[in-house]
Amino acid sequence: MSQPFRLNKEGLINRNKKISFTFNGKKLFGYEGDTIASALIANGIHLVGRSFKYHRPRGFFGAGVEEPNAKLQVEFNGHSEPNVNATEMELVEGLSATSQNCWPSVNFDIGAINNFLKMFFPAGFYYKTFMWPKSFWYKIYEPFIRKAAGLGVASIEKDKERYEHKFEYCDLLVTGSGPSGLASAYAAAKNGAKVILAEDKPRFGGTLLTDDVSIDNLSGKDWAEKIISELKSMPNVTVKNRSQVFGYYDHNMLVMFERVSDHLEKKSKFTPRQRLWYIRAKETILSTGSIERPIVFGNNDTPGIFLSAAAKEYMKVYGVLVGKKPLIFTNNDSAYETALEFKKNNVEPIILDTREEHSSELIDEAKSKGIDIRFSHGVIVANGYKKVKSAKIGKLNKDKNSFEKIETVDCDCICVSGFWTPSVHLASQSGNKLKYEEKIDAFIPDKKKQHETSVGAANGSFTLEESLKHGFENGSNLSAKITETKTEISIPNVNEKKYGAHDKFWCMPLPKNENPKRFVDFQNDVSVSDIEIALREGYRSIEHVKRYTTLGMATDQGRTSNLNGLQLVSNIENKIVPEVGHTTFRPPFTPITIGTIVGREVGMEYMPTRKTPMHEWHEKNNAVFVDAGAWKRPRYYKQGNETLFEASKREAKNVRENVGICDVTTLGKIDIKGPDAAEFLNRVYTNAWMKLPVGKARYGLMLREDGIVMDDGTTTRISENHYHMTTTTAQAANVLSHLEYYLQIVWPELNVNVVSTTEQWAGAAIAGPKSRDMLSKLYPDLDVSNDALPFMGYKEAEFFGVPSRIFRISFSGELAYEINVKSDHGMFMWEKMMEVGKEFGNQPYGTEALSTLRIEMGHVAGPELDGRTIPSDVSLNGLVSKKKDFIGKNSLGREAFNVESRQKIVGLIPIDRKSSIPEGSHIVQDQNAKLPNPKLGHVSSSCWSVENNNPFSLAIMKDGKNMIGKKFFAVSPLKNKSIEVEVISSHYVDPEGKRVRS
Amino acid sequence: MLYIKCPYCGLRAQKEFSYGGDATVKRPNINEEVSSEDWDNFVYMRKSPRGKHIELWQHIAGCRQWIKVQRDTATHEIFQTAKVTEEIR
Ligand SMILES: [Zn+2]
Repeated sequence: MSQPFRLNKEGLINRNKKISFTFNGKKLFGYEGDTIASALIANGIHLVGRSFKYHRPRGFFGAGVEEPNAKLQVEFNGHSEPNVNATEMELVEGLSATSQNCWPSVNFDIGAINNFLKMFFPAGFYYKTFMWPKSFWYKIYEPFIRKAAGLGVASIEKDKERYEHKFEYCDLLVTGSGPSGLASAYAAAKNGAKVILAEDKPRFGGTLLTDDVSIDNLSGKDWAEKIISELKSMPNVTVKNRSQVFGYYDHNMLVMFERVSDHLEKKSKFTPRQRLWYIRAKETILSTGSIERPIVFGNNDTPGIFLSAAAKEYMKVYGVLVGKKPLIFTNNDSAYETALEFKKNNVEPIILDTREEHSSELIDEAKSKGIDIRFSHGVIVANGYKKVKSAKIGKLNKDKNSFEKIETVDCDCICVSGFWTPSVHLASQSGNKLKYEEKIDAFIPDKKKQHETSVGAANGSFTLEESLKHGFENGSNLSAKITETKTEISIPNVNEKKYGAHDKFWCMPLPKNENPKRFVDFQNDVSVSDIEIALREGYRSIEHVKRYTTLGMATDQGRTSNLNGLQLVSNIENKIVPEVGHTTFRPPFTPITIGTIVGREVGMEYMPTRKTPMHEWHEKNNAVFVDAGAWKRPRYYKQGNETLFEASKREAKNVRENVGICDVTTLGKIDIKGPDAAEFLNRVYTNAWMKLPVGKARYGLMLREDGIVMDDGTTTRISENHYHMTTTTAQAANVLSHLEYYLQIVWPELNVNVVSTTEQWAGAAIAGPKSRDMLSKLYPDLDVSNDALPFMGYKEAEFFGVPSRIFRISFSGELAYEINVKSDHGMFMWEKMMEVGKEFGNQPYGTEALSTLRIEMGHVAGPELDGRTIPSDVSLNGLVSKKKDFIGKNSLGREAFNVESRQKIVGLIPIDRKSSIPEGSHIVQDQNAKLPNPKLGHVSSSCWSVENNNPFSLAIMKDGKNMIGKKFFAVSPLKNKSIEVEVISSHYVDPEGKRVRS
Repeated sequence: MLYIKCPYCGLRAQKEFSYGGDATVKRPNINEEVSSEDWDNFVYMRKSPRGKHIELWQHIAGCRQWIKVQRDTATHEIFQTAKVTEEIR
């Protein structure tokens, strides 16, 4: 097992630790510190995938986030992940990587036929080809596109990993640990600022790891190490590697994605896989560096073609050669460093420089080392299908559009450099409009909208000296404003090579009669001719060209393609690049996992679970629960093989015949205190509240200002200035905010305080004809007769030694009481009730029986108070005072609320007395009428009436009261049912309300 | 996510607040006659300015106080926050 392209000594990998992995089933090994890419290249493997549209063979192009091609399906640590960037993913023991977008294999891919049928795949081909006929879309086009396109396969297994969220605050966030980032962080740390330094890669130092420079007589790498270790020792500094700041949001909140343990073979059960950081930074230093720009030429996507800086990084960081016969194709000096690095490792490169012969520090050094440099030269087309074998190169004439001489040279890799593009994504996301800097032919940040400062290459300064100086200055000044401390730091002495000017040349012309593909965007397969077509067809705005050609729309966000695309458009349109403008940068900068976004908020942790104090008892007694907001409420208590229908019927019947108890703890409870409490209630509720005596409860209705019913419930006067309000379970939070709004903003002169006490009280309703008998056993010393405790009465008494409140209120329509005790006593109360209630035939009942009981009584609840009904719609106009003012009163006079045909609540029974009417059914005159069938109303609540032993529903129906006695159809297309119904009164049982008063 | 300075609690994340609409709307006095037009304006009519806007927020997961926030609706810049009893100019 030798690695033919691994250098003997170079690199920062740990040669003492071998890591085995597989690629497309083949067993290979690399070293600790390798990426999948560096390990594959060391093994001489370059063909890793097929392109998106044409299925062309693709290899590696970059060495980090800029990689457009090498996206793999990777299985590691027990999960499978698609679209993993091979140039970023670190090798872990047992990792298995496979190529995507190829079938049956990466070596022989049937889809590659697209490459030869390329007349079918021009720019905008999705828009053109798949438009007509429309009916073809679902059955033919869409499945075809799905099969042909697409990258990896998402796992359908449940993600067992742990993901975390973290919220952090700091004075200065530094995004990137290259020279300018290190300098900024160091200066700010010395001023005592709270600093977070984030580095996307596993190693700190950025270009210091690969550039041939020295700082204070240390190599770049050693200087970076020294600064990092000093920063790590400072308590006010957090240093994070494998952490990418990918989003810049409002008010200086940045979001960072930390890969905590993907690179670890073994980890504890509680180690998160990845962590999302929400960082609120007072100031941000954007030291995100720059990305090398390619030059476009024929078949420039052939495996073996690299960015020149990537080739250098593979040598310096990973000790790996991308080839042994390199061609360096450049328009600037930086690629000479790559050539010199090859030379140092005894590999002979040829440099093709598009510039005319001239001299600079680097060119002179390369010359003195005997490197073959050919000026005014460039690569026309790369030869070789699955790997570069040779290249047709040309000597350019002075016009740079034709050739003086063309020849073919052998090579096994081409390292291309078209100068540098600052990474301005975070600045742009922060709202910074960016400006075009002609000196570097790229966009750099302009005026800041938030607290961000770009330094170093991200700001367009490509010399080390300048980067360090700006880093130290900005780090120091920005932090000094916050900490009010300024520590003097001497700027270190720098030794670096000076670059000459670059050539404004990014697209190689083609000789006549030659037409190889020249790719601008590799990941989305967008070529020069696609952009030409888009412009020929009339697209002008760069945003339109982008969408039509899909240029820059892949997951790499056009990091290596946007500027070349703009340059092409500007050349063809004869405009300068800034006039063409740039497209928008959006987070995330690189793809992040869904698991990280979700964090711990999955399953049980998705939202809090609210349980009543009696929950355990319900559980033990076979309660089937239903969610009511965050609450768990017993829906029914299952006996034997009972169904929901059977159980709820049994429970409801028992309430009508004997007595039942129901856990009503979840009802919202609000304590209202103060000398103006009565006046406040009088304004909040539609009915009169000034004369409610102490020790009495009253049913109340509250509206929104637009006259729509907001909520209902009972409120009890506990003492002179103390009231206890109940709300529905669903509206509890809204009602509290509503009351606070009026007390704080509208009527601050009212001396009233409100506070939620929902959680302080456990509640149980006792309902049924035998409830008074049961109550007298629960309170042997208390007079609970109808005279002493009448309907809507209230008493405080000891319940077997614990304080309790007794309300004589009823939701079921039966003689009923509600007992409240402190939450801690809830279970005690419930168990006592079960014990004492035995002799009266008491049974617990759940929400389903509760609904049945209230529906057949015609009591409205959430389905009727649905945000569309006013009091008269639901027969509650008796509760609307004509004498006093209240919230929403002025709206009740609106014309539409008072027309004769206005919707009203009614009851419905099926003609056959058997068929249940689905909730949500529409009421229509003629079930066979042509669509759209005029809708006369809808069914809001349905039950099986236990009193009459047939189905019964409540409905909201146009002109409802005048429809009583008439027949209609309730149709539910959803349930595929149509039931003939008769309209009756909504009060199906005990319309006079005798029972509650009995 | 916005960073809102509650006048009672200090700078807190937007997560803790709930939005409450235009703060410059004044409810007609209770127990006083109001024309239909004035009432409809109060209930329904709202400006939707691009730029500075004074709005209500409630510090729902904090002190539960309703507060005034002057915010730029386009850029989200917050210029000033105040108690509801205070004026924002
Ligand atoms: Zn607050």
